[in-house]
Amino acid sequence: MRSGLIWGAVLCVLCVPIVAASLSPQLEWRGPVYIVAGLAGVVGLALLAVQPLLAGGYLPKLSAARARILHRVSGAALTVCVIAHVAGLWITSPPDVIDALLFVSPTPFAPWGVVAMWAVFASAFIVLLRRKLPLGLRGWRRLHTGLAVVIVTGSVVHAGLILGTMETFSKFVLCGFVVLVTLKAIMDRRAWARRGS
Amino acid sequence: MTDFLMNRRALLAASGAVAVTAASGLMMPARAQTWAPTKTMRGGSNSYRPGAPIVERIGGGGFTMSGTVRRAGDGMPLAGQRIQVWAHTTEGYERDPQSHGATLTDENGVYVLDMPQIVPAFGQAHGHLAYDSGDFETVFLRPLLNDPGDTSLTADFVLQPA
Repeated sequence: MRSGLIWGAVLCVLCVPIVAASLSPQLEWRGPVYIVAGLAGVVGLALLAVQPLLAGGYLPKLSAARARILHRVSGAALTVCVIAHVAGLWITSPPDVIDALLFVSPTPFAPWGVVAMWAVFASAFIVLLRRKLPLGLRGWRRLHTGLAVVIVTGSVVHAGLILGTMETFSKFVLCGFVVLVTLKAIMDRRAWARRGS
Repeated sequence: MTDFLMNRRALLAASGAVAVTAASGLMMPARAQTWAPTKTMRGGSNSYRPGAPIVERIGGGGFTMSGTVRRAGDGMPLAGQRIQVWAHTTEGYERDPQSHGATLTDENGVYVLDMPQIVPAFGQAHGHLAYDSGDFETVFLRPLLNDPGDTSLTADFVLQPA
């Protein structure tokens, strides 16, 4: 019962914003590439909530081993979402994306998104090279957690400032949820602590 | 006590200096009234298509883009100046040719161009305007709608002779 409620609530927080964005009246004025690019961003934002849920082991009836695998799968999906988001926007309007990537965009949310994008790529990079990097477990964890903080902060501010397809209320609930679960996972896992596991 | 007096003297001197500065500031209005040239906005020239045709309206209209065009310095309204306009609207993307049009200012330096409703694109509801005709220095603007539901937008140009 309790686990069903948790799963239900989590799925609501994740799926309602995606469904709401896919029903946005603004989609009428957008082509398919632009629509997919926008939705990739929304899905990516939802995956930012999934990552700490898995890392913290907060999803009931999910073994630690399975959560660990899903955390990697979800991280890979997040990276794909970011690439699809940026590539789709590039195809839609190259100058706007070039401005953003060069940090000269007139839109205040652009640099937050670009910094988060690089942190996602850096995170994917250190995951792939985990065994080869001379970081040690604690160093790697600290770096990964630090990148997660940059990703979450950047993405939440990015999404919060955008006037786009996301419905405002569900967007802010999702953003708040992402921030809270990320903070809780960092506290619970004591990622900065001097210990093993 | 001496310290205090010194301090008071210093204070008086400083106040005097401030007063002189303020007075010279107060003598500024004659110069402050000179019209400073409008600066190009970041991203203003994105999706620009030089030479947009002068049109009665862009597409089906319904949204009003307007403003004034003046000469830098004396602020004299400039008649017959060509202002180009484009935006992401209900009828097309910014880069689509049919999203672009131009109009001329009247004898009061006022331009008005009817265009399709602007819709938010790339995170902000915004329009693009250009003065790019050569007599004055080129200016690109990218004004924001206060509210995405607005059906009009104004943007003023103060142009620097080229």
